[in-house]
Amino acid sequence: MSLLVCQGVTAFYGDFQALYGIDLRVEEGETVAIIGSNGAGKSSFLRTLSGLQAAARDSIHLDGLPLGGLPAHRIVGRGVAMVPEGRRLFPSLSVEENLLIGAYSGRPGPWSLERLYALFPILGERRKSAATLLSGGQQQMVAIGRALMSNPRLLLCDELSLGLAPVVIKDIYAALPGIKAAGSSVLVVEQDVGQAMKVADRLYCFQEGRVSLEGRPGDLSREQISLAYFGI
Amino acid sequence: MAEWLNTLLQGLLLGGLYSLFATGLALSFGVMRMINIAHGDFAILAAFVAIAVVEPLGLNPFVVLLLIVPLMGGFGYLLQRLILNRTLGQDILPPLLVTFGFGIIIQNLLLVMFSADTRSLDIGALGTASVALGGDVAVGVLPLIVMAVAVAVLAGLQWLFAATPLGRAFRAASDDSEAAQLMGIDNRHIYALAMAIAMAIVAIAGVFLAIRANIAPTDGPARLLYAFEAVIIGGLGSLWGTLAGGIILGVAQAIGLKADPGWGILAGHLAFLAVLVIRPNGLFARTRER
Repeated sequence: MSLLVCQGVTAFYGDFQALYGIDLRVEEGETVAIIGSNGAGKSSFLRTLSGLQAAARDSIHLDGLPLGGLPAHRIVGRGVAMVPEGRRLFPSLSVEENLLIGAYSGRPGPWSLERLYALFPILGERRKSAATLLSGGQQQMVAIGRALMSNPRLLLCDELSLGLAPVVIKDIYAALPGIKAAGSSVLVVEQDVGQAMKVADRLYCFQEGRVSLEGRPGDLSREQISLAYFGI
Repeated sequence: MAEWLNTLLQGLLLGGLYSLFATGLALSFGVMRMINIAHGDFAILAAFVAIAVVEPLGLNPFVVLLLIVPLMGGFGYLLQRLILNRTLGQDILPPLLVTFGFGIIIQNLLLVMFSADTRSLDIGALGTASVALGGDVAVGVLPLIVMAVAVAVLAGLQWLFAATPLGRAFRAASDDSEAAQLMGIDNRHIYALAMAIAMAIVAIAGVFLAIRANIAPTDGPARLLYAFEAVIIGGLGSLWGTLAGGIILGVAQAIGLKADPGWGILAGHLAFLAVLVIRPNGLFARTRER
């Protein structure tokens, strides 16, 4: 059985329809990337998965259980954690408090402060700092660590590399194997196609709220991707 | 000299009562970004409930606190959970209008049930007892108790916010309510808990007020105004700032009252205006990146 199964996921902002029936699956232990241009619906899709956007009950299943329509705070408890776009750290909390709040749902699992500080040593050194005083890359590490503290089955990452220097992006993606080894599958939204091809086992390309292409990075040609990405 | 020292001490201790009123207001603004216009009316409501319980049963007003505080806390939880949560959103107007409506309802309900006569809670000799500090200086025992309770409440809140998971959740929900939901925090529950605490504190404030002074069913709005001023003087987001705000207000009123019996309230408002002019963000505001 697949870990995550999405069938015909739709999303609306008022009268505007952002997603038109997305079908997507993530297998246990996989890293899946979603690529696509601005406004293709990538972020709307992650918001829908995490419960911030309403979804039909049977359009999303995790481990065979329906997830659609649950409020966001209960979806975390089911094992789906989000690293939101723009990181959204809590400014009045320290680094360590931001990480601890990630464990609020109380899901049991392998992650602890010690294990996170082993994964991202710099966070251990700066644990007392206000989270928003850290550099962009370090803040992204806090956002990832905060999500991991809920011991997710599935980690959703929205635009991890946005606004970060290439060397920092490399550092952040270097943590991925350790995250997967601890038992989380990963669904990343990436605007950087090259980065997505490098890290993903499979990828989906979104275009105007629909899946325009799906496959393993090695099986897809440059022309196919460019057509699916830009529609030309 | 001793006369002025007495005045200052009275004002300072009055600040304890003002800060009790202000703390609940600061809490609901800090966590929910919501201004409860009926805050003062809820205090008066708690006081009248206390009066209604004390008079027939002959209980000590301090014992009644054990009943009123949890009662108002539970009421606050339900009020936020069932009604006020629905008014929260991008628009700041709905919570203002709804709580304004609650204020009118409470005032009229109290007028119907208790008439417009002023009432108070009697604690016997303790109400006039004082401690001599040497010279001609003395302080009342009751104001000292009120100040001690105010400090204890603020210290408790400080500890709650700084050192407990619930406090972290309060701060996170206040920073970014959507991101807080992504962490598994149920905002509706967290907001209701914050309102429960605010109401429990305002119940203490209302009962102390009724012990200290005569109260009437329509006294709530004036209490809201003092609470507001104390919060603004102290600076939004600062717990101990509300104590400082309350003390500044209390001392200003005491000095004004000493200069001329009609100037007490006015002097408090002038002190508030002066702080607004000099430090518009209040004395201890925590600036926040949003």
